[in-house]
Amino acid sequence: MLARYERNIPALTEAECALLRNKRVLVVGCGGLGGHLIEFLARVGIGSVRVVDGDVFEPSNLNRQLLSEVPLLGVSKAKAAADRIARVNPDVRVEAHGVFLTEANAAGLLSGCDAVLDGLDNIASRRTLAREASRLRIPFIYGAVNGWVAQAAISMPGDHLVETLYPEGAVLRNKSVLSFTPALCASMQVALCVKLLTGRPVETGTLYYFDLLNQEFETIPMA
Amino acid sequence: MIEVRVFATLRQGREKITMLSPEGISCAGDILDRMRIPPAEVSILLVNGFHQKPEAPVKDGDIVALFPPVGGG
Repeated sequence: MLARYERNIPALTEAECALLRNKRVLVVGCGGLGGHLIEFLARVGIGSVRVVDGDVFEPSNLNRQLLSEVPLLGVSKAKAAADRIARVNPDVRVEAHGVFLTEANAAGLLSGCDAVLDGLDNIASRRTLAREASRLRIPFIYGAVNGWVAQAAISMPGDHLVETLYPEGAVLRNKSVLSFTPALCASMQVALCVKLLTGRPVETGTLYYFDLLNQEFETIPMA
Repeated sequence: MIEVRVFATLRQGREKITMLSPEGISCAGDILDRMRIPPAEVSILLVNGFHQKPEAPVKDGDIVALFPPVGGG
């Protein structure tokens, strides 16, 4: 047991920590959600993390995106994610892809992964990623934020959770996100991911909804 | 009466809980019409705690909850 994982114990067993170090996960989007996802995955000790984002940092990212810093404006988000993982936990193998997810590249990006984490910021890309994860029989750990509100869920192959949440023509009323909202959402996503990858029981098809403005938290069965 | 609970941005200009007379309401979609909420602004529609489509029937005593799409990252 590496010293860096001592404080994982006994919340996780040594066997569970070893199991996590043999897993590979995909994070698509290295922005608000993605930055926190990557941080939590690296620190808990996932063995291999593949990060994907075709964007570069810009000033409007600074209010919430953990990986964004003034000296990194204009720098690739995927590269910043890989650099951060290397500084936080060199025990993690990291693959960075500075591309946007498309129908054409989705299967390759998902290949060989044990779970997919959603760090995306739009409905169309989420649909693409969820569909491909379902087709390849890979669990999809959904997360989305808006303003003060976060929601997360595990979507298993064939449950069509994302299609259910975003019916045709669904409208996002605004694009604001506060600094603390994606951190909460990513915490729930990574907790669900760790439970899933260690074989602990999880509720699938259940949406966890957090309204940080009104302190309202709901557990919603979607199946 | 039918109890309608709205969440997040759907609360702008509306009360958290609205009690509606069941008269003229046969399905969840009728509630959206009555409350002037465009269907595209609703992502999750619960009737008595379970996700349903707008065509789902509703009756006196039911509790309906409406959540807007959340899609940023």
